[in-house]
Amino acid sequence: MGGVYLSVARGAFRRYSTYRAATLAGTVTNTVFGVILASTMLALWRARPGLGGYDAAQAVTYIWISQGLLVTVAVWGGGFQDDLQARFRSGDIAVDLYRPVDFQGWWLATDLGRAGYQLLTRGALPMLAGAALFDLVLPADPLVWAEFLLSVALAVVVSFGLRFLATLTGFWLHESEGVRAAMTVVSMFFSGMLLPLALFPGLLGDLARVLPFSAMVQLPTDVLLRRRTGTGLLALYGFQLAWGAALLAIGRAGQALAVRRVVVQGG
Amino acid sequence: MAEHPGTVARAGWAVRSWWLITGMWVRSTMAYRASFAISLAANTLITFLDFAVLLLMFSHTRQLAGWTLAETGFLYGTSSVALGAANVLVGSVGGLGERVRSGSLDTMLIRPAPALAQLAAERFSLRRLGRLVQAFAVLGWSLTALDVHWSWDRVLMVPVLLLCGTVIFCALFVGCSCVQFWWGDAAELQNAVTYGGATVLQYPPTVFARELVAGTVFGVPLAFVNWLPALHVLGRSDPLGLPVAFRFASPLAAALCVLAAGLAWRAGLRAYRSTGS
Amino acid sequence: MAVIEVEDVRRSFTVRTRDGRWRREKREVRAVDGLTFAVEEGECVGYIGPNGAGKSTTVKMLTGILVPSGGRLRVAGVDPAARRAELARRIGVVFGQRTTLWWDLPLRDSYELARRIYRIPDARYRANLDRCVELLGLGELLDTPVRQLSLGQRMRGDLAAALLHDPSVLYLDEPTIGLDTVSKAKVRGFLRETNRERRTTVLLTTHDLTDIEQLCGRVMVIDHGRLVLDGPLERLHEIGGSERTLVVDLAEPHPPIDLPGVRVVRTEGPRQWLAFPARQSAAPIVAAVAERHPLVDLSVREPAIEDVIARIYAGSAAVPAP
Repeated sequence: MGGVYLSVARGAFRRYSTYRAATLAGTVTNTVFGVILASTMLALWRARPGLGGYDAAQAVTYIWISQGLLVTVAVWGGGFQDDLQARFRSGDIAVDLYRPVDFQGWWLATDLGRAGYQLLTRGALPMLAGAALFDLVLPADPLVWAEFLLSVALAVVVSFGLRFLATLTGFWLHESEGVRAAMTVVSMFFSGMLLPLALFPGLLGDLARVLPFSAMVQLPTDVLLRRRTGTGLLALYGFQLAWGAALLAIGRAGQALAVRRVVVQGG
Repeated sequence: MAEHPGTVARAGWAVRSWWLITGMWVRSTMAYRASFAISLAANTLITFLDFAVLLLMFSHTRQLAGWTLAETGFLYGTSSVALGAANVLVGSVGGLGERVRSGSLDTMLIRPAPALAQLAAERFSLRRLGRLVQAFAVLGWSLTALDVHWSWDRVLMVPVLLLCGTVIFCALFVGCSCVQFWWGDAAELQNAVTYGGATVLQYPPTVFARELVAGTVFGVPLAFVNWLPALHVLGRSDPLGLPVAFRFASPLAAALCVLAAGLAWRAGLRAYRSTGS
Repeated sequence: MAVIEVEDVRRSFTVRTRDGRWRREKREVRAVDGLTFAVEEGECVGYIGPNGAGKSTTVKMLTGILVPSGGRLRVAGVDPAARRAELARRIGVVFGQRTTLWWDLPLRDSYELARRIYRIPDARYRANLDRCVELLGLGELLDTPVRQLSLGQRMRGDLAAALLHDPSVLYLDEPTIGLDTVSKAKVRGFLRETNRERRTTVLLTTHDLTDIEQLCGRVMVIDHGRLVLDGPLERLHEIGGSERTLVVDLAEPHPPIDLPGVRVVRTEGPRQWLAFPARQSAAPIVAAVAERHPLVDLSVREPAIEDVIARIYAGSAAVPAP
């Protein structure tokens, strides 16, 4: 059974590797935004050195890590969402629900395959560009990188859980474009993609730290910047795992409702 | 310059075609009322989160690279209005590669309406107005918060700036999308220039390296959208020390951008029709 | 007067093929290679050929979407590529597999848009719409969103949309693909009527030879970018020496039936395949078979286009292209 999902993931990896122009164009985009945001961070840290417990170099590094994560973790949405939405529009979705492979598992496998490819290209390339243009503080210890990769994988699962729910609304709304657009902005803001969550004041900061979005960007960067080690690191993984599991479970329940709806309406 | 006899009529026809097709898309989205209502409300509300980032930064400092929140708000508002308006008008051209792949560009080419107007109206959504509403709100607030002596030339400068900025962004949307005639899935390159450009312009020029600022004057002419004219409105000195005339050159820059975008569109369409890729 | 004039038209594409991991090889493919023909006003011409033979490239050049690499082209007196927008008002195009109707809106709205985009005068618009509604049976569908229409209903809707502005030339690409028998008959009847009454010139590409049999007086066959046959419908049968097939299901297995002018090409249990010259009527053969053997079922199969072309090639040495 696991073999099926592995080959699905591998297929998705290969499929994304054929979009060469898109990968190149996307890398340029990530680099442009990296330069913009890193510049604004430098300006802010020039005015307030040590803000949020980061020094200026760490703040800039934060921005470049987050640019590497943007597409890998699909903070902006996309990935399997595009394919799934196309299947909603064409009506093929009713068929998908009756396939012998698990619907949610199938799409999770494709998304992990996609993330794997994009980590190697749109994750790594902007970070290399950032390292060439700015002074970054990245760890030399391969163990830290391994810890980082684990938290990125969990981040993809959390992100998948959220996007899966957003797409499921298509069963009721016929079109999940609006929900998706709304979620993009919320994700960008609360994941720490635009600003480290440490800079969010009071209640807003508390809220951001408990929402699942923080598991997508803020937490993986915490691992690579070594802000969470030892038991702190375990707690971080626990947080990601808990949200990932919860979102997948809710998605499963939603899927069951959707199946019933398709049955009632006859597709 | 001797006007081509049909130029005005042709432009009018292009605008009318755009309007007709846009109307069809608006009514199409109304077929999914619930989704539309959610997305418009969410979009308008949620674009404020975008501005919240700026507010958060200024909650930690009174000045960013020497500029106050009100001044930065003016940059944010003008940049967002120009981008938002351009996105409403021609944002759909970004889907060019997809239209080529699905063959719907061919369908547009056999209708007696300008293909660019049809492409710009394709899949139009009123949701895009959400961003524009937010941008005007921020701009309106910044105008009241600014500590500026509003002489007539400064007052006049604001609408001219918005108009030229919108035209420049329209040209960038169209010009950069033309890349997709050759590289069908390079849609993101256009995003880097338009959305990336608008983000650059939301911050004071002093935030960025001099090379980058120079690039927005002499390379991709983003600085003419709001940075340069804002120097006059806000009475600030130019970080590059350019002649004062640059602050008033936005209409010229806009005209050049339109010319370049027009040439890119023609070249792209010609390549498409002669290669059929 | 010739409405469509094509003289030695060529169109080649550069195809890049991946050769190994990084090297790429450029290759020139001639999609249309020296095409010459003329279509008179009011003609209905079938344009057939296997996939990739150059059919859609030809139509794209005739509509002005594609610029030819060489040769001369005129549609309704104008060069399509140079005056695409002007030509657009005088041609109608229907793609069988792609609708131009507005998916989420009532059918009527698509027509209203056409009225404005093609600037059709009100009186003419109303007259044309009434005629289409009547002949195609669209009355009850006008206020139905297109996404709720069946394939056949949608095709009829597309046909009407392509004709509201009174085009002098109509290009049809697979107009009956995927339709049920009733819808096919309706579409063909409407096209015959339009071609006859309005003198609309029709160029029809299809894989269904029945479309050609019932609508076209003339057939052009294209293969590898060249015309391999251009002539009246009968010549397709004569020159191709093509045969139709009568498939009979007998009550029980039987040795191959022996009839004059008929060749048994295959037997399978009680089922037999009888080939006979395409221009000959099937009726006397059916009668002769039924007289001798109890018949359970029967059907007549038209020759497949690929077979026809294969036959043209087989005898091509004797048949110079016109």
